[in-house]
Amino acid sequence: MQRDGNGNAATEPSLKVAALVSVGRHPVTGRARRAEYDARAVEIGLSLAKGGDLSLVHAGASSPETEAALRGYLGMGPGAVDVLQQPEGSDVVPALESWLRAAGPRVVLCGARGETGEGSGLVPFILAERLGWSLVSGLAEIESVDRDTMTVLQALPRGQRRRLKVRLPAVVTVDAAAQPARQSAFGPAQRGELHRVASEVVPDAAAREWTVAPARKRPKRLKIVKAASARDRFKAAAAKAEGSGGQVLTGVSAQQGAEAILKLLREEGVLR
Amino acid sequence: MSEIVRRDPRTEWIARNRLHPEHEAVLAQLNGGAAVAQWMGPNGIIRRNPHAVGFIGPNGIRRIDRSGAQTAHASGSARREAAAVPSRRPVRIDTPAFIVAVMADMPGGRLSAHDRDVLGLARQLADEGGQGAVLLVSFCESREDALGEAGVDRVVNFAGESFEGYAPEQRLTALGGIERQHEPRYWLFPDSPLGGAELGRRLAARLGERPATQVWQIADGQCTGRGAAGTTDVTRKLPRIVLALPECAEPVSETVHAAAPIDPPAALPQPLRRVEDLGAVAVDPAGVALAEAEFILSAGNGIRDWDGFHQAARVLGATEGASRVAVDNGFMPRHRQVGATGTWVTARVYLAVGISGAIQHLQGIQQCDKVIAINTDPGCDMVKRADLSVIADSSEVLAALVEMVEGVRKEQRNAA
Ligand SMILES: Cc1cc2nc3c(=O)[nH]c(=O)nc-3n(C[C@H](O)[C@H](O)[C@H](O)COP(=O)(O)OP(=O)(O)OC[C@H]3O[C@@H](n4cnc5c(N)ncnc54)[C@H](O)[C@@H]3O)c2cc1C
Repeated sequence: MQRDGNGNAATEPSLKVAALVSVGRHPVTGRARRAEYDARAVEIGLSLAKGGDLSLVHAGASSPETEAALRGYLGMGPGAVDVLQQPEGSDVVPALESWLRAAGPRVVLCGARGETGEGSGLVPFILAERLGWSLVSGLAEIESVDRDTMTVLQALPRGQRRRLKVRLPAVVTVDAAAQPARQSAFGPAQRGELHRVASEVVPDAAAREWTVAPARKRPKRLKIVKAASARDRFKAAAAKAEGSGGQVLTGVSAQQGAEAILKLLREEGVLR
Repeated sequence: MSEIVRRDPRTEWIARNRLHPEHEAVLAQLNGGAAVAQWMGPNGIIRRNPHAVGFIGPNGIRRIDRSGAQTAHASGSARREAAAVPSRRPVRIDTPAFIVAVMADMPGGRLSAHDRDVLGLARQLADEGGQGAVLLVSFCESREDALGEAGVDRVVNFAGESFEGYAPEQRLTALGGIERQHEPRYWLFPDSPLGGAELGRRLAARLGERPATQVWQIADGQCTGRGAAGTTDVTRKLPRIVLALPECAEPVSETVHAAAPIDPPAALPQPLRRVEDLGAVAVDPAGVALAEAEFILSAGNGIRDWDGFHQAARVLGATEGASRVAVDNGFMPRHRQVGATGTWVTARVYLAVGISGAIQHLQGIQQCDKVIAINTDPGCDMVKRADLSVIADSSEVLAALVEMVEGVRKEQRNAA
């Protein structure tokens, strides 16, 4: 799918877009970086609000490391990011909710899930529920935005796409199906500003009782053969996979064969 | 065959009496003509004749097959019939103590492997807490005939236009109805993109509960799920709403359950429709990665007419695949190769044209649901694997298929 649709997307000049950004973690080195999906969300935001009104917001503790990671987003073009000050181990949803209520964006873009912490991908859902806004997950592309609605393409499994008309304001989540994010440039990243904003702090009490450990390798599932006798077990382990006796059409004309195939394709619903 | 057992006390008596002159003949007759290895003696003691056990193999060596396949006729036909019935234990739960609700994705109306794993987990939770019942909530016409074997006690099916396509708000109100009517102790969802992952999170947000996501293990009231993009394990008390990963539990394999359909809750509130589904967008099937294509038309050494094959793929809207021979001969690009050294495909329908089904190729299509073969050789391995095989020339069948599909399309266009 070509991305030239964005050029003629009917974007109004004053469309307010917000992107929620988090601090990611490089899967190999473990260093703080911009989060992959969030960066894709920012990328969509940049093409949506061409030179317009894209604001970034992050809620979390600030440290030199996280600031360097947040500058990764600034290197993509936006001039500033609002950092809602939250100590470690607090629930970021109330702070983000009140920030969004005050800012009033029409479209909120988020990555599908964070790369640190619980990473459950719940924040967009809770925000949409509390604010009463629409929610679309798995966004591939925003086609056009009007005053009250926008048309988007949603990525389905198996490379398929679905067109949706979404009432604004809307929260959308972005995952690997969206266009990859542009590189972060060093100059803009250093010039961009981090606005520290004081915000309400709600501790995340439930998370205190969890134990968090490095991921254990999951046991591989064994092929369990339930057979009464040793002979059957041996046969199941050694024999080639044999189908459960499918239908075989011999001595039919090509037309009859094609009909049977067509019938199965229809039943399975793969024929469009 | 008649079910009534007719007894002949005299032959039974002769059969028990080893010294009776007709003993051998009667035993052989009872056994359908073969020598008998064991029988009940007059004092109720089992007598054995070791010389009659087994059979003489091709090299003149006595072989003993203990699977029962060879000696099954010794015990009479009635016992053989009993052995043929499935060994799953039927379970009925009429008055469940509580409900474990499972929302299954059911792509194409069938339970996916992920759904079965989650149902296995639900079964585990339902049985641990006493007589719980597993309630399956589905939003599409079920084409699965063995829901009971997956461990489902009750089924609620929300059919209807308003639930079709992408209708998360409608589905959410339906789940809300289930929540009010049945008050499930647990809600389980497969954590699969756009299926359970989304609805589960929506339900959690609506009910204000904190779910456990990416769960892969539940034990002793604790659940373990992946966190931080799969790099950590978060262990916590088992919450009410659980979104589970594939292979979170073994699917049910020992019991068969009732899978009784029950009525969906009446009078669901009409939700505000904020998202409208405008339908699927045509994507170029050639652009879809082979590994995730839904419908693959695959070519092998049995294809002569390559233009016809490409045209068939275009008309059917299928992604093209190939066997190694077709690739090596230069008819198809390397990235289209299916099999051990190519791509492992997951298509729902795999149409193999002129492919013999070498083991290296069959490995690559293990996860395909339906396999269709077009081949001239009825004895080849692909035909054994296939759900439907047409034994005919590949180019003729493909041409007929193309003609038929185009004919139907034209009719539809004229009718519209
Ligand atoms: C290490 C190794 C790795 C390999 N990896 C792969 C792999 O990843 N993928 C793979 O595919 N192979 C692989 N192979 C090759 C594999 O062993 C087979 O050689 C190959 O799959 C056979 O391809 P085929 O079925 O197209 O050809 P053939 O075996 O030649 O079969 C042709 C079939 O077409 C039928 N046919 C002929 N004419 C017609 C007609 N007019 N109409 C209809 N049917 C017709 C024939 O009956 C026959 O069944 C590998 C081999 C090795 C040694």
